[in-house]
Amino acid sequence: MFDAQPLSPPIVVTPELESAKPLFDRVHEWVVTVDHKRLGLMYFCYGIVFLVIGGIEASIMRAQLSVANNHLVSPETFNQMFTMHGTTMIFFAAMPIVFGFANYLMPLMVGARDMAFPRLNAWSFWMSALGGIILYFSFVGGSGLYGAGSAPNVGWFAYAPLTSRAFSVGHSTDYWIVGILVSGFGSVGTALNVLTTILAMRCPGMTLRRMPLFAWLNSVMAVLVFLALGPLTAAQLMLLIDRYLGGHFFDTQAGGSAVIWMHFFWIFGHPEVYVLVVPAFAIVSEVVPVFSRKPIFGYSVMVAATVAIGFISMGVWAHHMFTIGMTSYGNAFFVASTAAIAVPTGIKIFNWLGTMWGGKIRFAVPMLFCIAFLGQFLIAGLTGIMLSAAPFNWQLSGSYFVIAHFHYVIVGAIIFAVFAGSYYWYPKVTGRMLDEKLGKWHFWLFLIGFHLTFDFMHIPGLLGMPRRIYTYQPDRGWDIWNLIVSTGVIFQAAGVAVWAFNVVRSYFKGKVAGNDPWDAWTLEWSTSSPPPVYNFATLPVVRSRRPLWDLKHPEDPDWKYE
Amino acid sequence: MHRHFGSRLSPCAILAIVSMSATKVAVASSLRSPQTSIFSPVSTPASDIYHLSLLVLAICAAIFLVVFSLLLYAVVKYRRRPSDDDREPPQIYGSDQVEIAWTVIPVLIVVVLFLAAARVIHAIEDAQFPPGVLEVTAVGHQFWWEYQYPGYGFVTANELHVPVSEPGHPTPTHIILLSADTDHSFWVPKLAGKTDLIPNRRNEMWIDPHEVGTYLGQCAQYCGIEHAKMLLTVDVQSRDDFESWAQAQKAPAAVSDQVAAGRHVFETTACVNCHTIAGTAAHGKFGPDLTHLMSRRTIAAGVAENSKENLRLWITNPDDIKPGALMPAMQLPKQDIDSLVAYLTSLN
Amino acid sequence: MAASTIAVPPSEMPISASLRGRVGMWCLIAAESAIFCIFVVAYLYYAGKSLSGPTPREVLAIPWFNSICLFSSSLTIVLAEKAIHRGEIKTFGIFWFLTIALGVIFLIGTAREWHRLIYHEGLTISSSLFGTTFYSLVGLHAFHVILGATGLTIILILTILGFVTRQHAERISVFAMYWHFVDAVWVVVLSVVYFITR
Repeated sequence: MFDAQPLSPPIVVTPELESAKPLFDRVHEWVVTVDHKRLGLMYFCYGIVFLVIGGIEASIMRAQLSVANNHLVSPETFNQMFTMHGTTMIFFAAMPIVFGFANYLMPLMVGARDMAFPRLNAWSFWMSALGGIILYFSFVGGSGLYGAGSAPNVGWFAYAPLTSRAFSVGHSTDYWIVGILVSGFGSVGTALNVLTTILAMRCPGMTLRRMPLFAWLNSVMAVLVFLALGPLTAAQLMLLIDRYLGGHFFDTQAGGSAVIWMHFFWIFGHPEVYVLVVPAFAIVSEVVPVFSRKPIFGYSVMVAATVAIGFISMGVWAHHMFTIGMTSYGNAFFVASTAAIAVPTGIKIFNWLGTMWGGKIRFAVPMLFCIAFLGQFLIAGLTGIMLSAAPFNWQLSGSYFVIAHFHYVIVGAIIFAVFAGSYYWYPKVTGRMLDEKLGKWHFWLFLIGFHLTFDFMHIPGLLGMPRRIYTYQPDRGWDIWNLIVSTGVIFQAAGVAVWAFNVVRSYFKGKVAGNDPWDAWTLEWSTSSPPPVYNFATLPVVRSRRPLWDLKHPEDPDWKYE
Repeated sequence: MHRHFGSRLSPCAILAIVSMSATKVAVASSLRSPQTSIFSPVSTPASDIYHLSLLVLAICAAIFLVVFSLLLYAVVKYRRRPSDDDREPPQIYGSDQVEIAWTVIPVLIVVVLFLAAARVIHAIEDAQFPPGVLEVTAVGHQFWWEYQYPGYGFVTANELHVPVSEPGHPTPTHIILLSADTDHSFWVPKLAGKTDLIPNRRNEMWIDPHEVGTYLGQCAQYCGIEHAKMLLTVDVQSRDDFESWAQAQKAPAAVSDQVAAGRHVFETTACVNCHTIAGTAAHGKFGPDLTHLMSRRTIAAGVAENSKENLRLWITNPDDIKPGALMPAMQLPKQDIDSLVAYLTSLN
Repeated sequence: MAASTIAVPPSEMPISASLRGRVGMWCLIAAESAIFCIFVVAYLYYAGKSLSGPTPREVLAIPWFNSICLFSSSLTIVLAEKAIHRGEIKTFGIFWFLTIALGVIFLIGTAREWHRLIYHEGLTISSSLFGTTFYSLVGLHAFHVILGATGLTIILILTILGFVTRQHAERISVFAMYWHFVDAVWVVVLSVVYFITR
C-alpha cells in the first residue's frame, strides 16, 4: 500500500523562505485561513489563553478563601470571579481546546484533505472567539445605570430570577447571555463540520468500523452539541425577552417559574459536560494503545458504551436539581438514570485497563498523564455515584464536595487528557519533540498541585461549606482545609508554566520528530510533521483500524483478525 | 526517546503515601467535631442520609480499591523493562466474556444503590406527621430568614426555635419554604439535607432533632451579593423552654417611657416601611420583624453579635457589617441613632 | 502511494463526499429542532397558567389560509427541485418564485394576525404568560421563514441573472431541505398553539 518513498513530496518551507514574507502577510494568512490545521491551532491557543485567564480568576478566589473572614477582595469582585471563572473555563477554554483537537486531527485521521466545510469552519472559529471577547468586554463596558454591572456576577448557571432586571441591574448579565449565545453558533458550526467530515469524507476502505476511536467519540460529541446547545440558546433568548421585551418566562411575580430555567439550563448543562469529557476519552483512547503496544481492548464495546453514555446523558439533567423539591418519583427517576450512566462509563475504564493489561507500557510523558487520568477519572466517577444518591445529594449539593467532584472530572480527567494529547501530537504539529525531562517536571508538579487542591476540597463540603461564598466564619472548622486547597494552586501554576516554556522552547530547539516518532498506527502518522497543507500526497486506502500497523507488520496485519 | 521509569518507588511516591496517611487521620478526627458536619446527625432526615452515605461510601471505597489496585498492578507488571527486545506483545482485541462480566456486576451494584436511595427518598419525602407536629413557614429574603409560626400567631427572624423531639413522643417540626425574592436554600447539615426556597413555589421539609442544642448552617443557593452572610441558627429547646419562648414571642412589643424618644424616631422615619414591631404603627414586611429583637443573639442573619455597638454600627451604615445588604444607611443624626438604639435594646 | 494497488470492495467504500451537503443540513436541522423543542415545551408548560389577559380560545383563530399557503410552498419547491434536476431553468425559476410568494403571503398573514391581536385584543408579549410564549414561539418560526425566504430570494436573483445551472441541482436540494424543515416546524406549532392548547 505504501511504497518506500516518503509519503509527501519533499517541499520544506525553510525558515528563510517563511521570514522573507512580511509580518503583515503572515498574520493575514492566519486570519483568512480555512485550513483545518491552522484553525485547530488557533482554537487550541485561544483555549489555552483563556485557561490561563480562568486560572487567574480561580487564584484570586483561592487567595480570598485561604483564611476565614478575609478581606482581600470585595464580595462583588468575588462573585464576578466565580461567575467568570466558570463561564470562561467551560465555554472559552475547554470547548475551544476540544474543538482544536478535533479540527486538527479529525481530517488527518480519516484520510481527508480538510473538513467538509472549510469556510464554515473558519466562521465557527471566529464566532467562538468573538463570544469570548464580548464576555470579557463586560469588565469594561458592563456598567449600567449608576455604575451597576460590570462583569456578570450571577454564577455560571445564572439561575432565575436573580438574572431578571429587578435583581440584575445594568448590563452584566446581558454580556453573559450574548457572549455565550454568539459562541454557541460557533460550536454548532464546528460540530456540524466534525460530524459531516466523519460521515462523508472518510478515505476509501475506512468503514465506520475501521475509524479510529478518536473519530467515533468526537462524532458522539458532535451529536451532543446539536442536542444540547439548542436548549441553552432557547433559554437565553427567553431570558433576553424577559429582560428587554417584558416577557414573563422566568418572572415569578407574573406566574412564571424559576424552576423551568433550571430545567432548560441543565438539559443543556449536563450533556455539555459530556461534550467536554468524551473528546478527552478520545485522546486517551488513542494514546493508551500506542504506549501499551496493543490495540484498544474491545473497540466495538467502547463505541457502544460511548453512544450509550451520550444517549443516557440526555436523561439525567435533574440530578443537578435534587434539592428543588421534586416529588419522590421524580427524584427516584433521576437517581436511576444517573446511576445507570455509571455502567457504560465503568466499562470504558475497564477497557482502557484491559488495553494496558498484557502490554509493554512505555512511560513517556503522554502515558504518564493518561495513567493519572485513569486513576483520577475513577475517583471522579465514584464521587459522581455518591452524588447520584439523592438523599446524600441533599447534603452535598451546592457544597464544596460538588466543586471537588466536577473539578476532578474537568481538571483531573479532561485537562490531564489534554496535556497527554499535547505531548503526543506536538511532534506532528510542529515537527519537533517536546522535552521529556521538562515534561516530567510538568507532570509531577501538576499532579501534586491537583491533588493538594482537589482531594482536600472534598472535606469542607462534608463539613457543611456551601459554594459561592466570598468568605466564611472561623468557627466552622473549614480554615485549614481551605488553606491546603489554596496552596495547591501554586504547584498547578508552576506545572503549567513549565509546560508553556517547554512548548515555546521546543518549537525552536526540540529534537526533530520525523513522521512517526511514537511508532503509532493511525493515519496522521503517515504524513510529514507538520503535514503539508493538503495533508496527503495521495488519499490513503485502508484495510483495517490500524493501517500503519499493517504496513509495519506485513506478516501479521490487523485485517486478518478484525 | 523513551525514558525508563524506575522500578523502585520514587521519592515522590513515598512522600505522597506518607502525607496521605497522615491526612487520613486528621480528616477522620475533624469530620466528627465541627458544627456543620454531615456526619454528626441529630435528626432523623440527617441520620437516614448518614446511614445511606455509609453504604454508598463503602461500595465506592470497595470499587476504588479493586480498580485502583488493578491499575497499579498493570502499571508495575506490564511495564517495558530494559531487557525487553522490541517485539510487540500479543495483540489482544477484546474478550466478550470479560465485557459481560464487567457489565453485569456494575449493573447489580447500580440496582442496589438505586433501591437503597429510593427507600430513603420515600422515607424522608413522603413522611406522615404525627398530630404534635409544629408548623413553621420559612421565607427566604435577600439576605435574612423570616420565620412564621401560624399556630402561635407570631413572626420572628433569623433564629429558628423548635422543640426537641423525643422518640416516644415525637414532636417534629414541619417547615414550609417560600421565597420573597430569589432562590435560597435551607441547609443545617446536622438536622437535614438542604431544600431550596424558590419564589412562586411552595417547598417543604421536616426535622425532628432529638438533642437540645444550637445548630448552625447557612444559605446554600447563591442569592446575590451577601449570600455568604445569610447564616442559619436553629435553637432546639426542651418542650417547656420552647413553650415559654413562644409565649414571649406572641406578646406585643415591650413599652417603656424611658425610650419613648427612640420609639418616636422609629415611628416617624422610614423604619416603619420595612420593619414590623407588633403593637406599634410599624407594619413593614420587607425587613426582619423587630418585636423581640433582643431575644436574638445576633443581628444581620448571624453575622454580628447583637450588642449596642453593633446595632449602632448597623443603623449608621449596614455596609460596614454586611456590604451590599438591602438596608440603606439611614443618614440620621447621632442623637437620633442613640435614642433609636436605646429603644431597640429595650425590645426583649 | 498508489491508491490503485488495493482494490476496495464496494461495501467498504464510505459514502460519497457529494452527500456532505445533505448530511450537514440534517445536522443543522437537528440543532434548530432542539431550540424549537424548548420553546414548545415552555408554551405547553405555561398553557392555562396566565394570571391575566385574554385566553387562547378568546383570541386565536385557526390560520387556515396561511397554513395552506406555507404547506403548498413545500409542494412548489419540490416541483422546482425536479425542474432543475431535469435542467429546465425557466420552470425552476417559476416554481421557485411561487415558493417565495407563498412564503411571503404566510408572513403577511402572520403580521396581520399579530396586528389584530396587539391592537384589538390587547395581547402583547408582556401582557401575560400566554402572550410571552405565543409571540416567542410563533415569532421564532416566522424569523426562520424570513431567513428561508431571504435565501430563496438570493437564489432567485442569481437565477434571473443566469448564474444558476443544472450543476447546482444538489445544492438547491440541500437548501430546499431547510425550507421543508421550516414547514415541518409549522405543523408542530400549528398543532400545539391552535389545536391542542386552544
